[in-house]
Order: sequence, then C-alpha cells, then structure tokens
Amino acid sequence: MFILPVEEVRENHRLLVGGKGFALARLWARDLNVPKAVCLTADAYRSFLVQTGLDKKILMEIHRKSLDNARWEEMWDTALRIRNLFLHAKFPRDLAHAFREGIDDFFHDTPVAVRSSALGEDSAQDSFAGIHESYVNITGIENILKHVKLVWASLWSDAAILYRKELGLELKKSVMAVVIQEFVPGDCSGVFFGKNPMDGDQSVIEAVYGLNQGLVDGTVEPDRWILRRTDGKVLSHATALRIKVILPSRKGVHLVKLDPKKAQVAPLSLNRVQAVFILGQKAEESFSQPQDVEWTFRKRTLYTLQSRPITTERKDRSKDEKSWYLSLRRSFANLQELQIRIEEHTIPEMISESDTMAKQDLSGLSDKDLADEIQRRKKIYTYWVDVYSKEFIPFAHGFRLFGQVYNDKIHSEDPYEFVELLRPRSMFSLERNRMLQDMAALIKLDKKLAQKMRDGRMEDVKHPEFQKLLKKFLGEYANLQIFDELDSAPLKRLSRILLELADSSPHKQEKKLRIARKPISSEQFLSKFKKEDQDYARGLLDLGKFSYRLRDDDNIYLGKIERQMNRAILEGRKRLKPRFPSRYLKCSDEQIIKCLSDKKYIPTLERQKRTQTQRSVWQARQLKGQPAGKGLATGDARVISEESDLFEFKKGEILVCDAVDPNMTFVVPLAAGIVERRGGMLIHGAIIAREYGIPCVTGIADATALIRTGDSVTVDGFLGLVIIEHRKK
Amino acid sequence: MSQELKKLVRRTLESQSLGVLATLDKKNPYENLVAFVSSKDLKNIVFSTAVYTRKYANLKAFPQVSFLVDTRSNSEQDFHECVAVTALGKAKEVGKEERDKILRLYLKKHPYLEDFVKSPSCRLLKIQVKKYIIVSEFQKVQEFSV
Repeated sequence: MFILPVEEVRENHRLLVGGKGFALARLWARDLNVPKAVCLTADAYRSFLVQTGLDKKILMEIHRKSLDNARWEEMWDTALRIRNLFLHAKFPRDLAHAFREGIDDFFHDTPVAVRSSALGEDSAQDSFAGIHESYVNITGIENILKHVKLVWASLWSDAAILYRKELGLELKKSVMAVVIQEFVPGDCSGVFFGKNPMDGDQSVIEAVYGLNQGLVDGTVEPDRWILRRTDGKVLSHATALRIKVILPSRKGVHLVKLDPKKAQVAPLSLNRVQAVFILGQKAEESFSQPQDVEWTFRKRTLYTLQSRPITTERKDRSKDEKSWYLSLRRSFANLQELQIRIEEHTIPEMISESDTMAKQDLSGLSDKDLADEIQRRKKIYTYWVDVYSKEFIPFAHGFRLFGQVYNDKIHSEDPYEFVELLRPRSMFSLERNRMLQDMAALIKLDKKLAQKMRDGRMEDVKHPEFQKLLKKFLGEYANLQIFDELDSAPLKRLSRILLELADSSPHKQEKKLRIARKPISSEQFLSKFKKEDQDYARGLLDLGKFSYRLRDDDNIYLGKIERQMNRAILEGRKRLKPRFPSRYLKCSDEQIIKCLSDKKYIPTLERQKRTQTQRSVWQARQLKGQPAGKGLATGDARVISEESDLFEFKKGEILVCDAVDPNMTFVVPLAAGIVERRGGMLIHGAIIAREYGIPCVTGIADATALIRTGDSVTVDGFLGLVIIEHRKK
Repeated sequence: MSQELKKLVRRTLESQSLGVLATLDKKNPYENLVAFVSSKDLKNIVFSTAVYTRKYANLKAFPQVSFLVDTRSNSEQDFHECVAVTALGKAKEVGKEERDKILRLYLKKHPYLEDFVKSPSCRLLKIQVKKYIIVSEFQKVQEFSV
C-alpha cells in the first residue's frame, strides 16, 4: 500500500505512515481541524529504493568509511552525495502512476506541505523535530514528487545520520514515510508546549506573524506566553522584536520585513492564546501525554498542523564535536547576518590586531614587560581562536547551503560542480604561491642568481627585480612562521624551496587545469531563478563565494595574529640564550615567561619520551579515503611530521600530511599528489589541490603513520585510493 | 546432458555477485573477490578492477586466469548442495567497440558500482572462458568447453 488518506489510517498503520502521519490521523479523528492530508507510506519509500537500486547505492555510501571515524565534513559529503542520488533517481513507472493518481486526485492544484514522517520519528523516546526536511506551499504533481524525493533524501542528511547513530538506531533500517497535507497560508502561526521543560506546572505558547518556518529554524523571534498548565491563566508575556515575517511566495516561502503597524501588536490576542491553549489540551488528551503542537490561524480559523509528544530531558551532547557543528547549521538569513559581521567587524579587527602588535618594538621592552607582553599576546591569540570557531567555522555552511541549492537547480551529476562557481579570482595562499613562482622564474632565467642561491648566499643577490619581489614577499607573507625560527637561517630554507620551484613549471600546470574545466557562469545559474527570486539567488551566490574564499583566508588572518604571538615568544627565547645556551631552544612558552619574570628561575627540561614506532611485519598496501582531487600520480612520499619537513620537499613528491594548513600551501605546486588524514571534499587541502589540478585523497586515517617518507605511493584521486607500491628499505 | 549442465552453470553464475579470481604473481597464485557478470552464452565473464592493483599488474603480465563461483552457505548442507563452478580462460580489457554494451550488462547486475566502474582509473575486463569445471554433490566433477 503506497498511499493512505489520513482518515483511513488505523492503529495498525503506525509502521506504515510514521509518527507524524499517525499523530495527524488521531487528531483528525478528534476533529482538531487538521488540514486534509494523505500519507505516502514506508512501502512507497522502500519500493522506490529497491526499484531504482538506491538501496544498495546508499549502503555503499554510508559504508565508505566507518562513521565513528568520520569528521562532520565527511558526513556532510556523504549526505550531499546521497541527496544527489535521490535528485537523479527517476520514479519507476508503476510508482509514478500510483502517486500521480493518489495525490493528484486528492489535491489537484491546491498548494500542499510535503512533510517527513520517518518511522520512529516523534515517538516519545526519540524526537526528530527539525532533523528531517519539510517543504511548504508546493503546487503541482511533478513539483510534489520532486519534493517527496527531497524529504526522503533528508533521512540521510548529516544531521539525521548522526542523530540516529547517537540514538543507536540501525542506519540501514531507516525508513521514511511522507505526509502530504493541504497548505494553510496562515496569518499567524506558532507552537504550543503542553509542559514547560523548565517548570512542569506551566505551558508555553510561541507565536509569530505569517508562517512558522521562521520560528522553527530560529530566523524569526517569537512572542512567548507562559501559562498555568491547570487552567491556562497567562503568567507572563515576553514580546519579541517583531522585524521579520515568513510569507508564502509564488513557489515556497520567503523572508520579508514585517509591516511596521503589525509590529506594534502581538501576533495573538488573549482570546486566541486561550484558543491555542485549549487546542493543546485536546491534543494532550488524544495522546495521554503533553504535546508539542504546531498550529496556524487563517483568518478566524485555528488549524492543527502537527503534534508530537514532548521528549524527556535530552542528554548533554555539548562535548560531542560533531553535534556541536550540526547545532550550528544556519539558515540563509542567519548566514547573511554572519557574513556582514565577519566582513565589517571581525576581519578588520583581526587585521588591526595583528598590525598593532607588528608595530610594537619588542626589543625595547624590559624582561618583565616582555613576559607580560607574551602573556597578553597568548590571551589575544586564544581569544581569536575562539572567534574562529564561533564565526568562521559555522560560516562554512554558507557554501554548503549554496551547493545544496545549486544541485537542486542545475541537476549536475557531479555533486561538487557548484564549487566551480565559487572559485575566487584570488586567494591569499595562491597569491603567495604566485610570488614564489615569479621569484623562481627569475632564478630559472638567471644562472648567476641560481648559483648564488645554491651557494646559500641569498643575501648577496644584487638582482634588482628579485630583490624587489623578495622584499615584497617577506613584507606581506612573513607570517609563515617557518621562515623565522631561531635554529635555522630562514632565507636558506626559502632559497631551497625557490630552487625546487625553479625546477618545476607550476604555472603551466595551473593553465592546463583551467582548460580542462567547463565552468558554469553565474548568469547561467541565476537564469534558473524566477524574477522575484533573483535577489535571493544573487545573495546566495555572494554568500557562497565569500564563504568559500574565507575557508582559505580565515586561517591566514589567524596565522598573522599567531605570528605576532610567536614573535614575542621568539624575542623572549633569544634573551634566554646567554643564560641557558644549551636549553633555551627547548623551553616551553611558560618557562620563557617565568625566566623573564624571575631571574633566579632555572627551567628543567622534561625528558622527552622516545616513542619509537615499532616497524611491524604488518604493512598497509592500499588505503581508502575520499577522492578530493581528480587524477592519478605516483611518486615518493614526503611525510610532513614537523614544519621543517616541508623544506625538504622535492618536485614530484607526494605530500603526505595530517592536514594541509594554509600556511604550508607553498609546497603544493611542487607536489605530484596529496594525501591527507583530515577528511572532506571541501577542506583547504582539497580546494588547493583542485586549484593546481593535483590528485588528492583525503580522510586517510593514520596517513602519516602508515606511509613513510621515501615510500613509492600512488594517489588515485578518482577512486580515493592510496596505494603504497614499495616500502623504503 | 550438456544443456542441463549449461543451465546449472548459468544458474550458479547468476545467483552469485562475487567470484574468486585467481591470477599469477610471477610464480605464485594470487586471489581476489571480484563483482562479476556472465554473458548469456557463458563465453565471457566480466569484472572490473582499479588499475593500481596487484591483480591488474598480474593480468598484464600473465592473462591466464581461473575464476571460481560457488553457492556455499557455510553449513553442513554445503557438502550435498553446494555447486562450485570454475571457469578457465584468458582475461583481456574490454574494447571500445563493445564497452557500452558490456558496461550496461555489468551495471544491471551491480548498479551500485557505477561510480567505481566509470572512474578513469578503473578497467573493465572480460574472461574469455575456454572451459568450465563443475563440482557438485561433494565429489561429482564435470566439465565442458565453451
């Protein structure tokens, strides 16, 4: 049975129509004014999956890597690929026929809401509220069917996969039913909580003007009433800053400014508050437990949209990093606000912070003042690391949101094609690399210059153009800490890299790559949107581009601040040299501060444990990760365990590292391939690899332990494989 | 008899997704589980592999293969009911002219391998079968040439 009208749903249909469909049927039976609805059953979902082969394809995707080891970015990638599978799967003929008949006969051209109703969803134990997708104001059978697929796909979103995993539910048994319900374009909507989680004697009503989508995703702030649970007496009313409202658009919904006159008045009168309270109580009676009810007023009529039991206390998942990221998923409006904050405040403040520190003459400070300055700078750095995780990381959802919309509109087979549209004209790390390559080009042309570089006499170079470039490079990009460590001449390291670059032709490589691509123009993308949605589309494109560029540049802004912290530490370390010539290099930051503040303090060095990795008989032969940069490459591995390893890098080697940090991108043009422990298709290393057309595989757990410098390694950037051909003898 | 035997081979090959491919690594045998499909006339068995694998390197050097497909269920019944079919032949890469047709056949049986098999670093190969050896009822051995 594929379709079941809500009035025909019986007790034994719960596993067929899911929690939401089942609850609606019960509310319908109680005459709680539920808009008419039909359920697409779990059988329909299963049949679609089996007939299209998606069941097996999904299993392939979710077993690509153990979810226990997957980072949130990898989970997002998995979700993106599965979503694309749904978007491209065609409805088998018999299913399409059954759906068309069942749905079209019921609704004709009436706009509907297409809502998720996963099995097990909204049961008392496991609230999936907000985890799966629902779409409102959808008209026409083809459009409804498209959105049915999107609701099904949301069973496999990163949030849904993670949530089910946390609840210990078996992923492969996940099934989704769908409720298709007549859409009510409400004037005022909201939610009712039968029992306030903070105080069991209270009920809560939240209400907004227009539709309640904005309330549910946090875009629109609601008015809130606290009521006495026993009789509905209003105990308090907290008014909101009523600025925005979600209204139906020609297709779907949109966020607009609220009429200022309306903004002066609460969305619900006291009579209506009572009406909602009574509705909530009836819902509670129907299910014999307190309910979380979504409702809407259309003119004078109050409709019940859905109801679910209020879940008991949720366990604290704050320590779970993945859940934390998921909790930071933001709506378009949220992300736009974040963009303004980052562009107008955060970045200028970061630049100003590092510039102010850069101007300070540290050599003139007394030892005590220097100790204080180191501490101050450490605090500043910690502060910005915190800002980074609160603003920049969630802002990465900007290009993810763009990717999702792009895939919905363009229907590209490659779920990552959208990246082409976001590629910036310039990125800090690429600009920096271009300067290095320009210097390398001069070395290539001038034999004398090359010889001086080889002899380690870079300071003797008189070549005016080279000098100019070098000065500019050191001035702009000297935030590479590796260029100013104490124990090695920085210029020597730089010259080694320049000589390697002079021996390669990265510019050509870049060119070749560009030709191989078929970029999609912004105009083509925008043309897919209707006239009234053009502003939204442009805003989204702008958001996507900025968010994508920032993925790279944000680290560099932070890197500049870190460098200023390290400059102070370095100054302190230098001052310790006469006192502790044998140990000044090994002192921790705290020991440096103590030594500077207290002349009598003598640092004791912790004996470093030598962790000798026992070479066992066991060896990795082929490792599986994510294909993050297309292509095939074989070369000797260069494993980056510490920064100095970068300067040993030779042209044609395979870069094997934990994560490509934007501050180490300068070796990428030399690399034939990249292998990264950190997973994801859109992480920095993958972005840069694609820029240079270098095969790249990410998400190889223990990459730096399983591969050794000198191993002959093949990077299969098509399949996401790393093959270790020979071990070093 | 030969028709009955062919039917048994066909049934066995169609019932299984994976078979054991034996190649030769210099002087040593080397085996892999691979996803396969057989042609209706039983003349060809098709499988796919990534290019940077041992089996692919082995096949390049020495294309003769042995390919085992069986119906075992890891129980005592296997000794009475299991059928094991071994195909002997030569593996070669599927040519351009027949690739589309063979790819369709392969993906019909293994639709979830689409991304894998269409990857530029993957190859589609076919075993041109010379002979089938069929073992059933524990020790009953029959063979026929294709």
